Amino acid sequence: MNAHDNERIRKQLQQFLPPMGDTGPERDLWPAMLQQLESKRGTNPIEPVPSVWAWGSAWFDGALLAGLVALVAIFPSAIPVLLYYL
Amino acid sequence: MQNGASGVLNLFRQGDAAAFETLFHQHQRAVYGWILRVTRNPATAEDLTIETFWRIHQAHARFDPSRGFEGWARRIATRAALDWLRSQRTENERSAEMPVEPASPAVADAAVTAEIRLKTAQAFTRLPPKLRVAATLAVIEELPQKEVAEALGISIVAVKLRVFRALRLLRKDLERQGITP
Repeated sequence: MNAHDNERIRKQLQQFLPPMGDTGPERDLWPAMLQQLESKRGTNPIEPVPSVWAWGSAWFDGALLAGLVALVAIFPSAIPVLLYYL
Repeated sequence: MQNGASGVLNLFRQGDAAAFETLFHQHQRAVYGWILRVTRNPATAEDLTIETFWRIHQAHARFDPSRGFEGWARRIATRAALDWLRSQRTENERSAEMPVEPASPAVADAAVTAEIRLKTAQAFTRLPPKLRVAATLAVIEELPQKEVAEALGISIVAVKLRVFRALRLLRKDLERQGITP
């Protein structure tokens, strides 16, 4: 197929199937979206991703555990006190 | 401090329902318009807009706020439209139906008959969906190839190749029917 054929069929397509252009919906689709969410909610629940705060909590837990291990290593006599409170 | 837009995107990523609603209202027109360009059917475009936002809702955890929402939504919309075209292809082969908008008198070529117009539209629906989408966006809608490539998730060279193959197949199909473009 040469460039001339290409251009002719291109023009024919544009003539018979005119561009749709930038068109919006005739109505607000949010109510239909809500209906979709409601109907599928039970079958496919969404798990929220861990938030930044959740990652921060994990970091804090790790630091607390490390501190306890260090305390026990330096002051072994504190073990009975810790066991009492745990 | 993050501004309002990036705040909404971050909240959406975390699964916030209000942020999703905000993004829906901000982008429903663009998503609908994009799907309409591919499917050329307003009722289907409405259904697929809902389907696209459903997929967006389900994929919120994979969204990268730093890359923007519009392009991501457009790629998902393109995939939804492609899935629909694939599902319709068999049906189209049976009925050979496609909504054909009447060309305005100003652009219509008087020498071209309605039969040729119909056969061209039908031959277009018989194209493989991937080629048809590329040709629709690049040839009929005359969108920049870069934009088409991004929406389809392929390179610009691949877009050119798909358009070339689509036009060649279309020409062969029309020639088999005795129509020389």
